[in-house]
Amino acid sequence: MNLDSLLHGLRETAFATAIRESASLFPWIESVHVLAVSLVIGTIGIIELRLIGLTSLNRPVSRVLRDTLPCTWIAFAVAIISGFLLFASNAPTYAHNTFFLSKLVLLFLAGLNAFGFHTLIERSIARWDSAARTPLPARLSGVFSVVMWIGIVICGRWVGFTLVPTP
Amino acid sequence: MTPPAWLDRFCEWLKVTPFSVALQSAEWVVPAVQTVHILAIGAVVGSGLMITLRALGLVASEQTLAAFSTRTLRVIWWALPVLLVTGILMISAEPARSLENAAFALKMGLLVVSILVNLGYQAPLKRHPEFWDRSAGRRRASQTIAIVSFLLWVGVVFSGRWIAYVQPS
Repeated sequence: MNLDSLLHGLRETAFATAIRESASLFPWIESVHVLAVSLVIGTIGIIELRLIGLTSLNRPVSRVLRDTLPCTWIAFAVAIISGFLLFASNAPTYAHNTFFLSKLVLLFLAGLNAFGFHTLIERSIARWDSAARTPLPARLSGVFSVVMWIGIVICGRWVGFTLVPTP
Repeated sequence: MTPPAWLDRFCEWLKVTPFSVALQSAEWVVPAVQTVHILAIGAVVGSGLMITLRALGLVASEQTLAAFSTRTLRVIWWALPVLLVTGILMISAEPARSLENAAFALKMGLLVVSILVNLGYQAPLKRHPEFWDRSAGRRRASQTIAIVSFLLWVGVVFSGRWIAYVQPS
């Protein structure tokens, strides 16, 4: 079974068909998706701006992480689920869209960066937790994350303007 | 509901101004403006969520509600002008799409209520940082207002996305 037939199979599932054929399901799910992505950006921004050294400087990094990261993860889960539903409704078309594919690549890079932060950089957090100026790798990781997420929003918005139906 | 004639005339006039024509002439302008708009929305709902969670006592308990919310609200006051400017650019590019749209009207209504609720919530904190902690009743009121305030932002985001789907009347 190749990827194209898999994508067409996904498009023909009952839930994907329902979303595609309903007048209001897609906008409702898209609204949830936009809200979830906004919350991911907003909450991740709080963390990255602390890491970069611009805001929340009176709070230890670990507190900002503990307060904010659970919100980011919940919003991220909602964004992935709602995003998958939107994708499924027209899987082959999205899969052939350059901006959609770019969005997935940026998402992967953002994930890699988050993994690297938690496994490598965060290990020494005890030494710089309350410092306004965090180590260079932490600051770079923050900047990289912000750039990736801005890119994700750009690509996401461009998907809506460049979809060409694929047979 | 049909829009008033003056609004029709305004949209027709705006649509052919050099400014609007310039915005329409390049395909990338509207999605680019929308991207900035969504990023600023992210700043607002992200900060709004944290203030709500602080009012519920779930985060930043080492700081007073007044200190935390004043600092966090600053992000919202910075993001609102960005939203206003990008919003005006989107309206200028496609006037009737939003100005004669019920979803847009709802969004503006919810936005005004949301701003008033936030101002009303912050006002007593300026003089009495402990205002919302003085009694069990006030704590409950504070938590209710915080939840309502966040739901209003959710409503703003939802009605904003629906502008693309509701036909202008």
